[in-house]
Amino acid sequence: MITGRFFAAGADRRIAITIFILLAVAVIVPLLNLAVSPANAFYVPSYIVALTGKYLCYALLALALDLVWGYCGILSLGHGAFFALGGYAMGMYLMRQIGSRGVYGNPILPDFMVFLNYKELPWFWYGFDHFWFAGLMVLAVPGLLAFVFGWFAFRSRVTGVYLSIITQAMTYALLLAFFRNDMGFGGNNGLTDFKDILGFNVQADATRSALFAASAVTLAVAVFVTWAIVGSKYGKLLMAVRDAESRTRFLGWRAENVKLFAFTVSAVMAGIAGALYVPQVGIINPGEFEPANSIEVVVWAAVGGRGTIVGPIIGALLVNAGKSWFTGVLPEFWLFALGGLFVAVTLLLPKGIIGMWDSWRGNARALRAASIAEEAGADPDVQPPAKIVRSAARKPGDWSASSPEPQPAE
Amino acid sequence: MTARVRTASSAVRTPNSTFFKGHLEPMNLFRAIGLTLLFLLATLSSSGASEADLRGIIAKFATAKGFSEIGAVVHELAATGDPAVERPLAALADGNLYVRKADSLVFAGKEAGESVQLSNPLSGEASGEAAKDDITKIKVNNTLRRVIRDALGTLTLGAKDPAVRIAAADTMFKTPDAANIGPLDTAIASESVASVKALLEQARAASVLVSDQPEADKLAAIALIGARGDRDAVSLLTSVEANSTDAVKEAATAAIANINSTLAFWDAGQNIWYGISLGSVLLLAAIGLAITFGVMGVINMAHGEMVMLGAYTTFVVQQVIRTSFPDLFDWSLVIALPLAFLVSALVGLIIERGVIRFLYGRPLETLLATWGVSLILQQAVRSIFGPTNQEVGNPSWMSGSFNVGQLAITWNRLWILVFALTVFAVLLYVMKRTPWGLQMRAVTANRRMAASMGIRTPWVDALTFALGSGIAGIAGVALSQIDNVSPNLGRGYIIDSFMVVVFGGVGNLWGTLVGAFSLGIVNKFLEPYAGAVLGKIVVLVLIILFIQKRPRGLFALKGRAVEA
Repeated sequence: MITGRFFAAGADRRIAITIFILLAVAVIVPLLNLAVSPANAFYVPSYIVALTGKYLCYALLALALDLVWGYCGILSLGHGAFFALGGYAMGMYLMRQIGSRGVYGNPILPDFMVFLNYKELPWFWYGFDHFWFAGLMVLAVPGLLAFVFGWFAFRSRVTGVYLSIITQAMTYALLLAFFRNDMGFGGNNGLTDFKDILGFNVQADATRSALFAASAVTLAVAVFVTWAIVGSKYGKLLMAVRDAESRTRFLGWRAENVKLFAFTVSAVMAGIAGALYVPQVGIINPGEFEPANSIEVVVWAAVGGRGTIVGPIIGALLVNAGKSWFTGVLPEFWLFALGGLFVAVTLLLPKGIIGMWDSWRGNARALRAASIAEEAGADPDVQPPAKIVRSAARKPGDWSASSPEPQPAE
Repeated sequence: MTARVRTASSAVRTPNSTFFKGHLEPMNLFRAIGLTLLFLLATLSSSGASEADLRGIIAKFATAKGFSEIGAVVHELAATGDPAVERPLAALADGNLYVRKADSLVFAGKEAGESVQLSNPLSGEASGEAAKDDITKIKVNNTLRRVIRDALGTLTLGAKDPAVRIAAADTMFKTPDAANIGPLDTAIASESVASVKALLEQARAASVLVSDQPEADKLAAIALIGARGDRDAVSLLTSVEANSTDAVKEAATAAIANINSTLAFWDAGQNIWYGISLGSVLLLAAIGLAITFGVMGVINMAHGEMVMLGAYTTFVVQQVIRTSFPDLFDWSLVIALPLAFLVSALVGLIIERGVIRFLYGRPLETLLATWGVSLILQQAVRSIFGPTNQEVGNPSWMSGSFNVGQLAITWNRLWILVFALTVFAVLLYVMKRTPWGLQMRAVTANRRMAASMGIRTPWVDALTFALGSGIAGIAGVALSQIDNVSPNLGRGYIIDSFMVVVFGGVGNLWGTLVGAFSLGIVNKFLEPYAGAVLGKIVVLVLIILFIQKRPRGLFALKGRAVEA
């Protein structure tokens, strides 16, 4: 039915184009990498495939964050934790696939366990030698954590910055936990040295291309799912909660359940992104839990335009491409650039690139998209800031009525 | 306390002590303040003949013929009563004292293959090496060794400086020897300071336990040592328990059990102290945040970087002092405090005027923008000072430690606690008793109304933010004393600070105080059972659960608004 709506309504051309591009890329890039000879101008080098594959995983993560932040107003500073948990689940499968080819040649225990004098496999590593089980865990572990965390948080109406801070504390706690050697996840070094995935060599070009294609297709599916969620009646509810939670509650809706569903779905998406990410970069370590990483995801979504579906994807691709370029050319200045980006986006581009684009285009469709983006771009009771800034700056005396004011936390 | 006094006396003794001498005054002043706080008295004294006299006596070793003459020189050295002669005498007893044939100078030496590494017998400073043929070893026999040991014992036990006597008694307690009983008896008889006398008696009791004295004496000794009640006593009694039988063994077992239960109590005390110490650090880091977040509702993710700026200011101040005014080193922190406040407050003011004021009422955007600012500040510091840790020294009045019962308390932690409480008190005063604080609270309570009354609310906002940042800066001065000063300094505190503020209740300084200390103490109590990392995780999880239960913290401001 949803599919019917999608094609019949031609609902959102932008979504359709995005999905089409992603699917096309999933076919063309591996072809250009594998079938074209390296001498040809159209040849795509393997490192580009790996790099872009990584970006696509980031884009999926940004999209997941956008679902809760842009559409539901929950600024999660802990989405990196779900990403890393998905990654660890996949990493555990890949570790078990190494088998007796490890440095210590132990058929059951991964190298780091032999090194740390484990006598037998910890119980939570059982089953990870099967891909289906690992796949299930990729969905279940982040989903369950998000469900439990969200159930507690939303029921007790922890909102706004408080929620942001405790999600940050959550990923920080996980960071500390995974750094411990006796957690059984490889401690500091994490999981690495992978050999096979489903029997194929992870280092091989063909496997890389397949992983790339898988990432692109997954992202396309995620775009469709997000679009379906946002466009449904439930999506309306989601945005209602974002804009006026109490009012929605007074109308008889259970705001906490609405938020919990979005949070859980988003965490599962982040977990999948992590699972696709790990075989492509070949390592997962506790550094992925760094609170700083999670905040960086937020800026991807913000740059592209939160409250839109395409925005976070564009943001993630652009910022990460910029990061790769910057760290190669001017490594010292990357943090300046990233920091400046945070400030600039919040001050000048509250709606992100997509929002700006829509504002520039004057047709009716763009106006509608802009109104959606605007709703997402600001809390309900605040006017667009740029205008206010100027008025406040020009007329120093006239600040009381219209200028933004601090709102003491209660 | 012993350690500090010893440092001071050694400073006077060493030839290049001018540097320390120049600093005795501020050092004493600060110590005096600290000690009065604890109702303790510092005694700084040093004793002994001048170094030249000692050298003159030592030089006689070169001309002394035969064991009896050497013995006479030993007695003469011992008669000076200067603790500095301990080194040459010990070297002599070990057969490590040499005379250089060329100029008849006396050196302490250490054999290294064919040559001997020479050092000054008094100070221990290296003075080159010599071939074995060029020097003569001063020979000693067993009689002479006993003379030296007695001399050393009486020398240190009879030293004028009580700290040296305490040290001697401690050493004798830890390495008990039946032969010590004689010298200890004489020392006890002539000892006038009660506390030292008690220590001497304990040392004697330890010696009795390893001697072959009658059982009754040993039982009395065990009772005496049992009353001492520290870890050294436990280890001594444990070895006694293993090596003896019947009544003595039983008495030792009982005494150990008794001491252990007392020690458990002290351990709890030590944990509380560590917790309070951690709490004071958390309080310092969080208190500025309590203002910006609590009063203004601004999430300042760059708060940790303000702390870092304060720490780097301290570093710069110390660098300038080291190169230009070495005499002022003990004052470096006092000088750094106002500077750090100004630097951080200025940066805070710039951030507020440049970024934050456009984002009021949009806390999530503020969070992101200030995070960006924090990245820029970090990278700026990294570009200027480099990514490595910078060395920030402890002034003399902040180094060392002292004991209260079985608690070991370091001076820097104690000062940081005092400092944190002072900052808290000052801040509380500013908020509650000054016109500025009144305006701040008025603006917090009702912005429009405050504006109508003529308060310039944007100014109040800017200055409040600057105040919060400046306090973070002076927190940085204190933290530079116990943490690595690196561009990542602030990162480590930001999450903890937020936890403290949120736990304590936003907008309430008392909540921050209670939050900081309770988190600190809980953390330190969990550590022995769960380990440092797991303890921290448990605390984080507890806070997350706590916020579920009380989303507004311990001391929430009560309001009627529907929207939080």
